[in-house]
Amino acid sequence: MKQLIELEINGRIYEIPVSPKDLLVDVIRKKVGLTGTKKGCGQGDCGACTVLIDGEPVLSCITLAIACQGKKITTIEGLVAEDGTLHPIQQSFVDHGAVQCGFCTPGMILTSKALLDKNPQPTETEIKRGIAGNICRCTGYKRIVEAISAAGDTISSGGVK
Amino acid sequence: MGNPNFTQVGRSVPRIDGPLKVKGEAIYTDDMVLPRMAYGKIKRSPYAHAIIKKIDYSKALALPGVLAVITGEDAPNKWGIVPQTANEVALAVGKVRFHNEGVAAVAAIDEETAEAAIDLIEVEYEPLPVLLDPYESIQRANEVKIHDDAPENILHVGDQLFGDPDKAFAECTYVLEKEFHTSYVNHAFLEPHTALASYDVQSGKLQLWSSTQVPHYLHRQLSIVMEMPMNKIRVTLPAIGGGFGGKGEASPADFCAALLSRKTGRPVKVTYERSEVFATNKGRHPCHIKMKIGLDKDGYIQAVDFDNTLDGGAYAGWGIVVMFYTASMIHLPYKVPNARARVRRVYTNKPTCGAMRGLGGVQPRYAMECMLDEMAEMMGISPYELKMKNAVESGYRSVSNLHVPHTEYKKCLQTAVEKSGYLEKHGKLPFGKGIGLAGGYYISGTAYTLYQAYKPHTTVLIRVDTEGGVTVHCAAADIGQGCNTVMAQMAAEALGIRYEDVHVVSGDTELGTFDLGSFASRLTYASGAAIKEAAAEINQKLKEVAAGMVGCRADQLEIKDGRFYSIFEPRKNIEWEKVVDVYTNTVGTLVGTGHFSPPRLKGIDLTRGKRVQGANIGHSPTFGFSCQIWEVDVDLETGKIRVERVTEAGDCGQAVNPMSVDGQVEGSIMFAMGQALYEEMKMDAQGKMINASLHDYKVPTAMELPEINTTIVDSYDPTAPFGVKESGEGPVQPTIPAITNAIYDAIGVRFTDLPITPEKVLQALREKKAR
Repeated sequence: MKQLIELEINGRIYEIPVSPKDLLVDVIRKKVGLTGTKKGCGQGDCGACTVLIDGEPVLSCITLAIACQGKKITTIEGLVAEDGTLHPIQQSFVDHGAVQCGFCTPGMILTSKALLDKNPQPTETEIKRGIAGNICRCTGYKRIVEAISAAGDTISSGGVK
Repeated sequence: MGNPNFTQVGRSVPRIDGPLKVKGEAIYTDDMVLPRMAYGKIKRSPYAHAIIKKIDYSKALALPGVLAVITGEDAPNKWGIVPQTANEVALAVGKVRFHNEGVAAVAAIDEETAEAAIDLIEVEYEPLPVLLDPYESIQRANEVKIHDDAPENILHVGDQLFGDPDKAFAECTYVLEKEFHTSYVNHAFLEPHTALASYDVQSGKLQLWSSTQVPHYLHRQLSIVMEMPMNKIRVTLPAIGGGFGGKGEASPADFCAALLSRKTGRPVKVTYERSEVFATNKGRHPCHIKMKIGLDKDGYIQAVDFDNTLDGGAYAGWGIVVMFYTASMIHLPYKVPNARARVRRVYTNKPTCGAMRGLGGVQPRYAMECMLDEMAEMMGISPYELKMKNAVESGYRSVSNLHVPHTEYKKCLQTAVEKSGYLEKHGKLPFGKGIGLAGGYYISGTAYTLYQAYKPHTTVLIRVDTEGGVTVHCAAADIGQGCNTVMAQMAAEALGIRYEDVHVVSGDTELGTFDLGSFASRLTYASGAAIKEAAAEINQKLKEVAAGMVGCRADQLEIKDGRFYSIFEPRKNIEWEKVVDVYTNTVGTLVGTGHFSPPRLKGIDLTRGKRVQGANIGHSPTFGFSCQIWEVDVDLETGKIRVERVTEAGDCGQAVNPMSVDGQVEGSIMFAMGQALYEEMKMDAQGKMINASLHDYKVPTAMELPEINTTIVDSYDPTAPFGVKESGEGPVQPTIPAITNAIYDAIGVRFTDLPITPEKVLQALREKKAR
């Protein structure tokens, strides 16, 4: 039985008909049309589907959409500034060559954002632990860790939110 | 480094596609939705080997929302990346040969309905004995046949002889013979296979968007399976979420989407679940290797004997090619004057093996680099000294006729040894800590197409005009490795402009000119050669116009930093755009084309001057080389291996985009580390995979990332366009043996089967203690 729910995604309220078993990843991708959130495994193993819910990284492929009512959901599309400027983490990923195929990138960047929001200058080990749930098969992680560290420095010095 | 005069090649520039990807705006196939689009799902077999007695899909078809059902009978034409051994079908016909092989497919108005319909399809099977081990498969071939046309359950056998290894071994001072077993691993790219087909009933044209690395080979296979001419089919690549060889041939997702689209007259999308990615596999062949190496009293290799049984799984796929590559890979990067290879690729009832990053090289490299490590110990010298002694030099021609126009392999060994302090540490670290060295090489493209043809492997068309600026057309496949950026840099270099001003149109069989695809580390070299030729044509025509504008002869002009200069009077110069403007306004759009055909070397036994069967495989215009040194810490209580540091030095010729090269090397290191220490697809006795998820199939995470130091050694191949070589597959070659040698240095145990798990380490330590 479908019901109409309200989801707040990237600051906008969407009214969406969902069934109770609909997963957040499918609702975001297919019903809202924000395809930046990726589905790599559908089992909560790879981290490609990561979104932020009230600032915390959540695997949207194992989260029910109806459970997200009244919460603030951020997807990768919500990170770019109004004028199109990249978020410092996004810019850092580009500059450091931390992007290859790009399929893990949205989830990886959102996980990094949650990490840096709490701890703007994490150690290398803290970064590795922070992104341990996000698999990247292309880069070997080295440049991702460097990009996150550099973005942390930028955010700390510039006070960018 | 490399050529100091280059301004665009040799620059670490961000990827062209970087911003779209970090914004989540890059469109991958599964992100696409078309009007009236239906969803396809595949019904899979619960048996690994069985006769299909009957398929009844009437209940599925009756389900509201179901648009069409197809079975193997709808498209029985056999496809295969190697046409001589093509034996796959879109969906099983008459028999299934591995667990979860597709037997039927459904198109429905939404995914839920398609899934429900799959469950309503009734299939009656007659189970057959399941063969999971290649030796058992050969042994029981009389009783159980996987394919009717392979009476021994063997796809193909290769026997190559170069020189006189028997005589050479008899004269050797040091001879070592060992067996190695490599594991059954999957690419685990993050984007599952996905295909969206749109068949237009009125024009009879098929458009397919697919997550493939080989638009051309997919195009050919579609033509065979769909029984449509190639010129009625267009293959387009949206963004691709990794491939590593796993998307290096067509997938049933492509065929099912296309067949269902034609049957329903609607666009149909088929996207695999992760379990289907494992089920359809095409990953690395498990190899059972017997290798024998002979050295003379001074440590020079005199002979290599190589025997390899490849566990190929259910179908042919890339099998015969991989098999002959393993034979070819024993001839470099050391001088081997006498060699024999006996290889066979065996069918088993497992998901088929195929192409995987560094195909054919990883397994024999594991054996050879570990054995040379051991032989250095036999001789009482450093493995570094033994490898330096035998390393090939520029201009080397192997006994199998592989020609190495240029190599800096020795420089790779030297650099990695110096930067890691290998000589100071090796054999001297406390028990439990170790350091290991291994080298490797890989091809930079192939000499032949997979089907009999002598056409160029790549064509590039460069279009220049006022409206579009500069556009490079080439149907190459950027699967995340960054070839679009590299092509833009090379075109900019050749045209004397900036890479930011070059557009690249790739990954489309209609808009892009011909290219074979992304495999065999071929693109930088192949597209580079074609770009150079196309740019020369553009430059010539523009110079003729520019000459009149600046007032000098066309052959006295050079193009640099976006301007035409008189080489004798540099003050006579003019902006590049102004010349293009005049050209466009008078003659119209300017196009230049370039082609690349590789040198067609053949596999010849040079001693007898005889061609050797299968030995045309392995030839390449040039080769990349590298060395890796790994430092490990083995936990003696838990058996866990922690990698502390990796020092790498690679010869990729002139690096076009050094940041991108480093990314390829770092990615390769972690990729191959997974096979060495963690990854293995496991099957139960019935052939069902028991770890078909990214939870149970363990790929390295950031927690496993060691300190990685890479060096691009100064190199420039004078025979190559822009001096380039490969960098995407060579760096996976040394990883496994370097780790294995480091573990030996740490605990005195030489592991010969993969992955080297904590259980195996503990077992080995217990056995060692008992001795």
